[in-house]
Amino acid sequence: MTLQQPTLPLNGAAPFNPADHRGDHLLVAEMVAPGSRVLDVGCGDGDLLQLLERRGVDGRGIELSREGVNHCVAKGLAVVQGDADTDLDAYPDDAFDYVILSQTLQATRQPKVVLENLLRIGQRAIVSFPNFGFWKMRLQLLVGGHMPRTDNLPATWYDTPNIHFCTIKDFVQLCDEINVKMERAVALDLYGRPLRLNAPWWFWNLFGEQGVFLLSRRGRER
Amino acid sequence: MGNAQLVNGQTTQTQEGEVDRPSSLLAVFGKDQPLRLDCGIDLAPFQIAYQTYGTLNAERSNAILVCHALTGDQHVANVHPVTGKQGWWTTLVGPGLALDTERYFIICANVIGGCMGSTGPASTNPDTGKPWGLDFPVVTIPDMVRAQAMLIDRLGIETLFAVVGGSMGGMQVLQWCVAYPKRVFSALPIACSTRHSAQNIAFHELGRQAVMADPDWQQGRYFERGTHPHRGLGVARMAAHITYLSDAALHRKFGRRMQDRDLPTFSFDADFQVESYLRHQGSSFVERFDANSYLYLTRAMDYFDVAADHDGVLASAFRGTGTRFCVVSFTSDWLFPTSESRATVHALNAGGARVSFAEIETDRGHDAFLLDVPEFIDIAHAFLQSAATARGLTPPGT
Repeated sequence: MTLQQPTLPLNGAAPFNPADHRGDHLLVAEMVAPGSRVLDVGCGDGDLLQLLERRGVDGRGIELSREGVNHCVAKGLAVVQGDADTDLDAYPDDAFDYVILSQTLQATRQPKVVLENLLRIGQRAIVSFPNFGFWKMRLQLLVGGHMPRTDNLPATWYDTPNIHFCTIKDFVQLCDEINVKMERAVALDLYGRPLRLNAPWWFWNLFGEQGVFLLSRRGRER
Repeated sequence: MGNAQLVNGQTTQTQEGEVDRPSSLLAVFGKDQPLRLDCGIDLAPFQIAYQTYGTLNAERSNAILVCHALTGDQHVANVHPVTGKQGWWTTLVGPGLALDTERYFIICANVIGGCMGSTGPASTNPDTGKPWGLDFPVVTIPDMVRAQAMLIDRLGIETLFAVVGGSMGGMQVLQWCVAYPKRVFSALPIACSTRHSAQNIAFHELGRQAVMADPDWQQGRYFERGTHPHRGLGVARMAAHITYLSDAALHRKFGRRMQDRDLPTFSFDADFQVESYLRHQGSSFVERFDANSYLYLTRAMDYFDVAADHDGVLASAFRGTGTRFCVVSFTSDWLFPTSESRATVHALNAGGARVSFAEIETDRGHDAFLLDVPEFIDIAHAFLQSAATARGLTPPGT
């Protein structure tokens, strides 16, 4: 496992400023080989897809919210209105080089099925999610006695779309269970900066605000 | 080549007057250029009536073909020569609009089988000197598109920047992408499907039976007999019109309100506003549409099934396409519900197409694509704009 600071070779006249992009987006974009075919599941306003397309990636998106889709189409992105839980079944095997699930896993009804689908449709999957084991979450529950709320996850328990929170440790366990190979794992701190690489899992699980994983199918090396 | 002014200010005339000599541009194809129909017949000679708006650029790369719906015609954005009303898509086609007439060259042709100047059952059969009537061969959506391709050839256009249309027009858009994938840079099929559903065929059959049950229909020979199946065609239109709306839209527009009265008359007068509205829809429609044409065009939609021509696998029809797609559906459309558009999108995805798909929230039913629905208009605008950038078309004023 190696990690360089994300450096993106970008074409076009617009100067690239990393500060314009979210830390996890930069990290995900850096994991994707230029020129590959990518499906972004839960692509939101299309910021990540746009970042990828500027790297010469052939990108497609699925987004649940109509407003999100409309924003994406306005940006010239190829995005369809759809649901990760129900619409991934319609995609053929190996249709993409990478399938990305960015900050969406916790909002799916069947995270395990979705994860399996990602690795059926794509040769590789990139999954990022908020780490519920983050120390601030634990502290709010332990000391405050409330369901945690953070700047990145501001919704109350009764109106949050996030119904399947997990910790980094939980996710690693799920990957083992469904025989998924972790090619790369990174934990980002509160400011979107990668944590120390040689840190043990418990450290990431406590100090990582989110986890970003590059996954592939075990035993189906290409 | 724009001739929007051609019909402006002209006195309106009857629909029959438009059939052989329309107030539109005309492309005539002689006996040496037959239209090969799916039924096995070569149609020749035949003609296509069409309107254009805007200017074709030097590279001939900015042409958009608009495909009209079942009862639409080529008068997209000018005053209609028969009804005197504005064109049917002035929400989308015009200067600065989604289909910007200052940026694109927009073409709309009356479909083969229609009754506004392109050859159809009301046209004069050159062999008999009389209207074709039911001797006219049954045409299909692919036939319509084949005829349009011949028109586009004649206009010297190799690749269309976009093909755009809703309902039956959307079917033509999809057929263009299947039959001529290299000639379509971008496609905007709206509120349509790759195949006509059993329910839709059933509604069409209801309409056709209403026409044919009218004694004035005269086995399709009403022109020679001096009659016109107004009642049958009117009923067909009334039934069809209900399918273009939605329960919510009808309720919002009419509810159970009475028409010019406070109490029921205990008769079969149009007591309710909704009845009065439907009767008006029926009676105004028969003034501008030919009954036999209605039979032929509904039949064409019924026969449409893209997958059937590709061993039942829809995705094979679109495999390897380079066209950019934007599929649009409306939440309250029960004639072409979102599930149909989603099936199209899944097939396009499976075929590797570059596709966007938006479902627009509205209670206005199937007709929403003809109405001022801002969210839909914005999507169409944005999609075409991004496609224009990809195509290298310069924005107007540069």
